[in-house]
Order: sequence, then C-alpha cells, then structure tokens
Amino acid sequence: MIPRLELRNICKSYPGVVANDDISLSIMPGEIHAVLGENGAGKSTLMKIIYGAAQADSGEIYCDGRLIAAHDPASSRALGIEMVYQHFALFESVTVVENIALSLPGRFDLDALAAQITDLSQRYGMPIDPRRRVHDLSVGERQRVEIVRCLLRSPKLLILDEPTSVLTPQAVVKLFETLRQLAAEGCSIVYISHKLDEVQELCDSATVLRNGRVTGTAKPKQTTSLELARMMVGSQLPEMHVSPAMPGETPVLEVRGLTAAPRDRYGVALEGVSFAVHGGEIVGLAGISGNGQAELVALLSGERTHADPDAIRIGGKPSAHLGAGQRRRLGMAFVPEERLGRGAVPPHALWQNAVLTGHRTGIVRNGLVDRGKAAAFAKGVIDRFKVKANGPQASAQSLSGGNLQKFIVGREIALAPKLFLVSQPTWGVDVGAAAFIRQTLVDLSRAGAAVLVVSEELDELFEICDRLLVICQGKVSPPLIRRQTNREEVGLLMTNRASGTKGKDLALQD
Amino acid sequence: MDLFVAIFAGTVIAATPLIFAALGELVVEKSGVLNLGVEGMMLMGAAFAFWAVIAGLPMPVAILAGGLAGAAASLLFGVLALTFLTNQYAAGLALAIFGSGVSAFLGRNFGSAPIDALKRIQVPVLSDIPVIGPMVFRFDPMVYFAIACFLVITWFLYRTKAGLILRTVGESPETAHAIGFPVIRIRYLAVLFGGLMAGLGGAYLSVAYTPLWVENMTAGKGWIALALVVFATWRPLRVLLGAWLFGGMTILQLQGQALGIAVPSELLSALPYLATIAVLVIISQNRQMLAQHFPASLAKPFRPAS
Repeated sequence: MIPRLELRNICKSYPGVVANDDISLSIMPGEIHAVLGENGAGKSTLMKIIYGAAQADSGEIYCDGRLIAAHDPASSRALGIEMVYQHFALFESVTVVENIALSLPGRFDLDALAAQITDLSQRYGMPIDPRRRVHDLSVGERQRVEIVRCLLRSPKLLILDEPTSVLTPQAVVKLFETLRQLAAEGCSIVYISHKLDEVQELCDSATVLRNGRVTGTAKPKQTTSLELARMMVGSQLPEMHVSPAMPGETPVLEVRGLTAAPRDRYGVALEGVSFAVHGGEIVGLAGISGNGQAELVALLSGERTHADPDAIRIGGKPSAHLGAGQRRRLGMAFVPEERLGRGAVPPHALWQNAVLTGHRTGIVRNGLVDRGKAAAFAKGVIDRFKVKANGPQASAQSLSGGNLQKFIVGREIALAPKLFLVSQPTWGVDVGAAAFIRQTLVDLSRAGAAVLVVSEELDELFEICDRLLVICQGKVSPPLIRRQTNREEVGLLMTNRASGTKGKDLALQD
Repeated sequence: MDLFVAIFAGTVIAATPLIFAALGELVVEKSGVLNLGVEGMMLMGAAFAFWAVIAGLPMPVAILAGGLAGAAASLLFGVLALTFLTNQYAAGLALAIFGSGVSAFLGRNFGSAPIDALKRIQVPVLSDIPVIGPMVFRFDPMVYFAIACFLVITWFLYRTKAGLILRTVGESPETAHAIGFPVIRIRYLAVLFGGLMAGLGGAYLSVAYTPLWVENMTAGKGWIALALVVFATWRPLRVLLGAWLFGGMTILQLQGQALGIAVPSELLSALPYLATIAVLVIISQNRQMLAQHFPASLAKPFRPAS
C-alpha cells in the first residue's frame, strides 16, 4: 500500500535553532498517527511544513506516492490536506456559517451551506448551530467549527495541532469518536500532542520528537506511558512528593451560601455555594467547563464583588464586597486561567509584569517604580522557578506557554500568600513544566498556605489535592476526601444533574 | 398640520448630508479604519461642488465633482494611514484641518451670491396627495439617493460576501490576511468610498440645502457624523435614525427661534448636537450589541507579515 503521506529527511532551521533535523515518517490511509513531543520539540514546525505554511530547507514530501515540489497551503488543500490550528482562525463577530463561507470557494449561498453544516456536524456527532455568532461559542464549539470547515472539503489528511488543550474531558471523548469515524472512512489523521494518555487511547502509531529530532517510533497502545515519556523528555520525569496534609484549625477561605447571577447570556448562576479551605491543604474544584467556574473564580478573585460581605471570608474577615486589590492585601494571590491578557500583559517585559502584582513588596515607593528592585524581583522568580527566559527584559509573549505559566505562578508565590487561588494551572503547559507547577503548589500548601485549584483535568486534581469539590450547574458538592473517593464518583457528580433536564443543552454546548 | 408637514420635510432634508457622511464613515470604520477627517472631506466636497456650479457645469456633474473631491481628500489620508501606517487619529485630524483650509482658500473667490439650488422633483400625481405628497414625494433627487444608499449599504454589509469580507477585515486583519484577502486594498476601497460619500454630503450642503458659500459651512456636521457612527453602534439603521433625529432637532430649534422662545439662540443652536449625542449614548449601552457590531481592530494599523 502506498502511504498517504511520507516525509523523507526533512530539515528546517531558523536563525539560532534547528527546528527539524532529518525527520522521516510515513502515514497510511486511515491511520491515526501521533506526533508526540514537548513544547519546542519541533512539532508545530513540522506540521507547517506538511501543510505548506513553511518550507523545508531540505528533504522531500510525498503525497499518495507523488513528490510535492512547490508547496503552499492552497496547493495542500488541493491535495486534500487540511489543518486545524491550535489557535483558531475564526472571526468572532460573525456567524458560524459566514466564517465557513469565507474560506470556501464557489457561490455565496448561506442557507445551503448552513444546511450542509448542520448535516455534516450531526453525522460526525458534533452538533453546531450554524447561525450562532462565534463569540457566543465555547472553545470546544469553536474547534468543532474549525473541524467542520475542514471536513466540508472531504480531506484525505487532517492535521490537528494540540486539539484537546482547550477541551473538557467530555468534549475530548466526543472529538475522539469523530476522529475514529473519520479514520474508518479512510481519512489519515496527524495528531500533534504532548498528552500521553490521549495518544495511547487514540493513535495507531506515534513518532516522538525531542529537540527537533526523531527519538523514537512506537505503537502507543502497546507501549507504556513511561517509555513514551522517556522518549519525549529524554530523562526520568520528576516524581511528585505529596506529603500528608496538616490543615490548620480555622479556615483561611470560607464561602457561605454564595448566590450570584450569571455573568452573561451564556453564563451560569451560582446557587448557595458553601465550602472552606484551610491553611496547609489543597482543595480542588472539578467540573465540566461552563458550569459556573468562571463566575465563582471572578467572585473569589475579587474581579466581581458581592453585596453580602459575609458570603466570602478571607482569614475570618468578611471580604465578598472587597475588590481584587483589597483581597490581595489580606494575603490572597491569584493566577487566572488566561496567561496572556489576564495573567500578564503580552508585550510588556517580565519585570514590568512583575510589578503588576509585586508592587506591594517595596518595588514601588512614593508612586515611583524602582526598576532595579523590580528587575531583581523578576530575576528572583526566573531563577527560583527555573523559567527559561532571556532575563527580566524578555517580553511576556516571547515565553513559551509553560515558561510564562511558571513565571506567573512564581510571581504570585513570591508574594508569600496565605491564600492561593489558581485556575487551570497547567492548561497547554508541557509535561515537565506541569509537573514542576504541581509540585510547587504542593510545597506551597505544605508550608502552610491554603490552596484552591480550579481545574478540568481530573488526573491533576487527583494527583495533588487533599479534598475535592465538584461544581455542576452552579452548585458545589460537599467536599470529598481524595483518598476516599474515585474518578467514577467525581465523574458522576460532574454530570448527574446534567443528565436530567438540561442534558440536551449541555450536549450542544460541549 | 401644515407646520407638522413642514417640520417633517425639513427634517428629512436637514438629515441628508449627515446620512451621506455617516454612512460613508460607517463603511470605513467597518473595515477597521478610523478616518476623523470627515469634516474636512465634507468641506472639500462643498467647495468643489459650488465651484463647479458657478463655473457653469450641470448640477449632477457638480455634485459628482464634490464627491470626487471628497474621495481625493480621503486618498491623502489612505496613503498616510494605510501605506505609511501613520497614526490614524493624527492623519484624520490633519485631513480635517487641511480640508477646512483648502475649502476656505477656494471659497475666497466664490462671492456671497446664492446659486440656483438643486431642483426638487414633483412626482406626478403622487406629489399632489394631501399631506403625504409634500412629506414623501416633493424632495430633490439627492434625498431619495441618500435613502437608496442606506438600503444598498445595509444589503452590501449583511447580505453579500464582499460585505462579509469587509467586516472581517475590520475585526481581525491578521486572520483575513491569513485566509488570503487583500486587507490593504480592501481598506483603501473603503476609505475612498467614505471620502466619496462625505464629499456628496458636503456637496448637498452647498448646492441644495443652503445654496450659497459660507466658510466652514459644515458647522461641525462632519464631527456629528463621526459621533453618529459610534453611538449608533456601527449599525446602518441606527445611523439613519440618528441622522433624522439630528435633522429634526435642527428644524425644531429653528422653529423655536422663529417663535421667539426666550432662550438664547446660541443655546438653541446647540440643542441638536446635545440631543443627538444624549439619545445615542443612552441606546448604545448594550454591551452585547457592541460586541457584535464593533469593528474590533478599529484604528489599529495593520502591516501584512511578509
């Protein structure tokens, strides 16, 4: 059988880095092939070369046995190669069908196209409403739009770049079903990821990259995750050390009967949320995205305030009416889920980003920023948390996701918080950095801080949390002791109310 | 009843220059470009149209000349803002001042005599219907043309692929460029169209509305057109209604002055501006609506990555 796609000795250098060094791989029709590697291993460059968005310095690409000579995205699409990017190329202010119409040639007939989209999206089990505006869609739904856009052109090879980094576990399950169905119909799939469990579940074969070179090929279903991880990271992964919790007697964070209206039309109302977090422990909040996490985090961080001061107490002090700055003064620190834009100002240097929350540590005096101190503070964070960055002068956007996340978490921990609130700490972060961040959270709590982690990754929560809360439809479950519960129980709590009346809505949303 | 008919007819006429200028600017802003020079382009249009009339050119040619003068002025802005990526606020303000200066310079030789205004159409039979006739069927052709422009622009923006592309260029030029649309060319076309429309609005002022030359005769209508676009939350229908509101207030305050209401006339003259802004501020409070219609990359320079 002729491979759908074959790469021979692909090399690509950028000034200062060799992104791809002598990479060869081949993918059969209907095969799901993983390209596995940490951030910066050269996966994205390789995909751009396959798609024609970048040109290889040397090497050959064959599609169905024919050499592709000159190559750009348009000629790739003509060959039946489609790509779903990690960051979607969608216009927010227009509808799904309009977005798709823009990238399709031919007649501009929105009604016919909308019918086609509904049809196709249902056939592959990922319903989307073609008339909705993109800015009202969840990330999972946006990804569906991108995938449907590709499927409308009946691709022979579909490239997916980290497709699950933005998805909920439920959405991942659905995506995998769709991909399997596609593969069964003969479409080859290149699946780029750094998540071992997903690759093992989905992919027939895998090519592992490290520092731009192929470090191994494997049949993921017959290979242990440890072996795959070794090929990826090159050394033994750091082991987690989670010592027993020693919770303090009085809670540092206390939430009592917190009720709040939804943030917007697609938000969720909070109903009588009550829980407590003590010093010395990590409490995890699990749940499918869009069940009120955004509302709860906004209320806890102080981005949104509440009329009843007693609904939230920090260190025993009624705080629900206080703004974010006042809560920080009570010893709270907060890491939001959006690194760029909320956690850091992308074009600003790291030392400037350090001032954003570090200004209480003596960096600002008489309203003036002491640049030397700010740089020293940023340098301290960079060193202590092993952030790979070109010093305090590097801009936030120049860092990889994992390194910027380490910097932001480090910046907040350097403030020595009594209460640490962190949302999606390891979203889109590579394995090594994720392990480091999790260990940092554990160490922080064992040093006496109260830590609340909001995450959609159950594995993560089970790894580091002492107690678990589950949020569903704006209601928070009673706490579960991690050692006395299991995934099934938590999974049930995450969905049980959803399987009732609102089940249909939920299926549409995720 | 006669008074009501007179106020209604006056309103529609007073709104016409604003409809042209504001709809033009709406298209420009939908492409993500902010051209603050509307006042200057209107003045250029007014001066050139008036000049063409006293030079003896036929009325349609004179009005077209006004439109082309506005387009030429906007080209100046386009080169600065789109090719050389100058700050759009600064380039637009410069154009406003430039247009006012050039038009005043041209107007030194225009004299103070009025010209024959653009003729009104008397639609046969229909214009003789009582009440309805004078309210709907006795305007000059530019009034009907302005409303036709509104219909065509609305249809273009929301029903055609080209309009969709224009809106997406205004939201994210990077993404539009990545898909393969010629962002800079699209923006140039939008800017030229905006200039043409502002020029037509200015021409209407000097050859139809008040058919005589007065220096700076737009009296801030270019700025009101800009405000209309923003407070109408970038929606054509609201631009049209806002222009009519402004026109209505203008006529009402004139009536008020004529009746000798004991309020200083300067304050009454300010009323249309205040009332229009106040109403539009109130209706533009819906953030959901803003998110849908606001061109997200407005006034941000775009250089295509090579």
